[in-house]
Amino acid sequence: MTFRVQIQTEPFDVGQSLKALRTRPDGTWDTRVGAVASFVGTVRDLNEGDRVSRLVLEHYPGMTESSIQAILEEASNRWPIFNALVIHRIGPLAPADEIVFVGVTSAHREAALEACAFVMDFLKSKAPFWKKESIPDGDRWVEARDKDEQALKRWQD
Amino acid sequence: MQIRLRLFASLRELTQWDDQWFEIPADQLTLAELRNQLSARGEAWSAALDPSRAIRGAINQSMAKDTDIVRDGDEVAFFPPVTGG
Repeated sequence: MTFRVQIQTEPFDVGQSLKALRTRPDGTWDTRVGAVASFVGTVRDLNEGDRVSRLVLEHYPGMTESSIQAILEEASNRWPIFNALVIHRIGPLAPADEIVFVGVTSAHREAALEACAFVMDFLKSKAPFWKKESIPDGDRWVEARDKDEQALKRWQD
Repeated sequence: MQIRLRLFASLRELTQWDDQWFEIPADQLTLAELRNQLSARGEAWSAALDPSRAIRGAINQSMAKDTDIVRDGDEVAFFPPVTGG
């Protein structure tokens, strides 16, 4: 199993990321894989009724990587997944920019889709990132949402 | 004792405190006690760490509870609820 976490300012290539997920370290295809599930989060131009022209993402270097690794470990305890890749961008972003990529591979789709949703739900509430957005009135910190916390409840058995 | 104190997002902006070592006149204390002590450092700090604000804490880069113990040499961080993804 390979679980990779990348925090970066540069954009990422979704196609390349999907390909990397099902490639073995020696460059050959990981032919165990029957399902690749992924999620891409992008910058929306509207939040809380205000036009958003820019977003700046801050994080806690070190804790960010370890907290996402822990989420991936937990996902692998729950589902038979092979590889996982999380890419999260930091720094200034504009509407339509890609912020986050989560990809998971498994033999079958149920495990891959559920593990992908699980990782994204936990990342939203547990990984130390903060967004500041520029709206017509100035800049403001984005407030955490209750619905993100609520989303975790469906994973409690 | 000395701790490495880190503040993030709105807390960092309000206090102008980013990442520095900080001297505390105690051998150990709870995360909640540390938050109270820091609140007494002035107006900006009491605004940033006001009890009415939902603030999260981490000790040595793991999410921590109010009752968790802070010891000499620990890295302690305070920040608002996270908003990544």
